[in-house]
Amino acid sequence: MRLAEAWRVALEALRANRLRSLLTMLGVVIGVAAVVALVGIGTGTKQQIEQQVEGLGSNLLIVVPGRLEAGAAPTSSPLTLDDVEAVTRIVGDRGRVAVTISSGETVRAGRNTGFASMQGVLETTPDVFVRKLDRGTYLTRTDVSTGRRVAVLGAGTAKSLFGERDPIGRQITIGGVRFRVIGTFEPLGQSLGVDRDGEVHVPVTAAQRLLGTERIDGLAIRAPDRDRIDELSANILNVLTKEHPDTDFSAVTQEQILGVLGDILGVLTGVLAAIAGISLLVGGVGVSNIMLVSVRERTKEIGLRKAVGARPRDIGTQFLLEAVLLTTTGGILGMLLGGSAAILVDRLSPVPAALTWWSMALAFGVSAVVGIVFGVVPAQRAGRLDPVVALRTE
Amino acid sequence: MSAIVADNVSRTYQLDGFEVPALRGVSLTVEAGDYVAIVGTSGSGKSTLMHLLGGLDRPTSGTLLIGGRDVSTLSPNEMAELRNTTIGFVFQSFHLLSRTTAQDNVGLPLVYRGAGRKERRARAAEMLDRVGLAHRMTHRPNQMSGGEQQRVAIARALVTGPSVLLADEPTGNLDSATGQSVLALLESLKDDGVAVVLVTHDREVAARADRQIVMKDGKIQ
Ligand SMILES: Nc1ncnc2c1ncn2[C@@H]1O[C@H](COP(=O)(O)OP(=O)(O)OP(=O)(O)O)[C@@H](O)[C@H]1O
Ligand SMILES: [Mg+2]
Repeated sequence: MRLAEAWRVALEALRANRLRSLLTMLGVVIGVAAVVALVGIGTGTKQQIEQQVEGLGSNLLIVVPGRLEAGAAPTSSPLTLDDVEAVTRIVGDRGRVAVTISSGETVRAGRNTGFASMQGVLETTPDVFVRKLDRGTYLTRTDVSTGRRVAVLGAGTAKSLFGERDPIGRQITIGGVRFRVIGTFEPLGQSLGVDRDGEVHVPVTAAQRLLGTERIDGLAIRAPDRDRIDELSANILNVLTKEHPDTDFSAVTQEQILGVLGDILGVLTGVLAAIAGISLLVGGVGVSNIMLVSVRERTKEIGLRKAVGARPRDIGTQFLLEAVLLTTTGGILGMLLGGSAAILVDRLSPVPAALTWWSMALAFGVSAVVGIVFGVVPAQRAGRLDPVVALRTE
Repeated sequence: MSAIVADNVSRTYQLDGFEVPALRGVSLTVEAGDYVAIVGTSGSGKSTLMHLLGGLDRPTSGTLLIGGRDVSTLSPNEMAELRNTTIGFVFQSFHLLSRTTAQDNVGLPLVYRGAGRKERRARAAEMLDRVGLAHRMTHRPNQMSGGEQQRVAIARALVTGPSVLLADEPTGNLDSATGQSVLALLESLKDDGVAVVLVTHDREVAARADRQIVMKDGKIQ
């Protein structure tokens, strides 16, 4: 029998029972749609977070006191600006070292009050991280060395304090102390659940005076050479541990952060896909069930076809194609449905979703495989039917 | 070469652990152009014999040659091919595909020879014309009378150009006038050298055959 003929017969059989075919298909449609949509959401979330971490700048090495482990207690930092100088000597370029001391503070401009994350930083911050200014200028080395009370506002803070007015040159107070605004950042949006537009950057020295401390929270280095980042990290940890023998220090690279986040999100996506896969499996069982019914209903037809010369394989192929046609049509519909759902979620909700060709291909492939796997038993049963017995059934 | 040779053929069914002998040692030869009638009481094994002769079933013992080939040596695929090329079968209850037109019903055996749709339709049209149904080409079985349906079934049995046509009570479901036209059609096949074996309960019909075989209790009398 020609394959084209077998397809035609399978299609006709499905059309003869339109409603039943559709309902059977629905199981596969829902399963495939769930896989495509959920994998899309998982992938979208992963891509967004990765973009944000990459947005921090490449070759980044972050050094903080304490261990970076689940359950490790936060350690109070013993680091001072003297340590920063020691690290700068190792790196060999002040422009590649950034520090931070941060504190949540009330900010005020005229009658407008807000709450911002004050970051005491060096003038190097925009070079080490990727931060772009919207207006004005950033802190200078002199601002840092003299502890000048000048501030660069995040887009959100600028907006809440000044609305549409230009904040450059205006006075604000941070924790009750007066600062002069010299610049504003471009909007950044959320990153890892933190609103990064609610920052106010001030010279680290000014922040230390305001907070009454000599300490800094941690430092970040943009390594000059990606391949030697591990060596650099070891050297830095070495110096810091020598200076502060009672404290553990941790150094993580951007790649490590990406790796850990990627693993977590990968597992999450996998779990979502597995749950969706179960519904696909249930859809497959439905297909198998209906195919068995179909074989029973058409036993007489099978007997007749065999009587006029159909080989067991011809009959088996016909029913297998019927099952595959059922599931792949369901697979295509499910892909469209799941894809549309993912796009709608991405557009209309804060949850990001990304359609990947591989998840579509996978879902389609799986639906075809489901058809083969769940169609093969009914098909074999049909192929092996004894023609005399088959013709005699009513 | 004889179209069919059965030598001491038996067929025993297993039913709930009991052996039901439906045929016991039947020997029979069908030559090209033969017109043979099989008669006998109900349950005497006529249908069982027809199924064996048509390659739909295999004997429990004995030798059966169809078209010169010993069926005990044939695989299921080879049996299917034998049914497709050598045998045409006509059933009492027609067994037409209900959703399919007369033309496509007749063309069905050609599907399993790998014939394309065009060729199938052309040959089916030819056959339908021969059985006097050129005007019923696109009718479905439920749009035709019993006699017409049986003629479609005969056209289907003949479309592959078989050497033997087996008909198990082909007029059993038809009134006598309609039955006569079907029988006339079968008798006319003789001229083409097609051997016809038919089961009938009608003495007159049987009397018109070249040869009568009377069956009783699974044996030929
Ligand atoms: N599948 C089967 N299992 C068990 N016994 C069977 C089977 N098929 C037929 N028989 C038995 O074999 C015997 C012969 O049956 P068969 O159908 O050949 O009779 P028949 O001569 O065609 O009768 P009828 O004129 O009523 O059609 C019967 O006794 C029947 O009960
Ligand atoms: Mg019978």
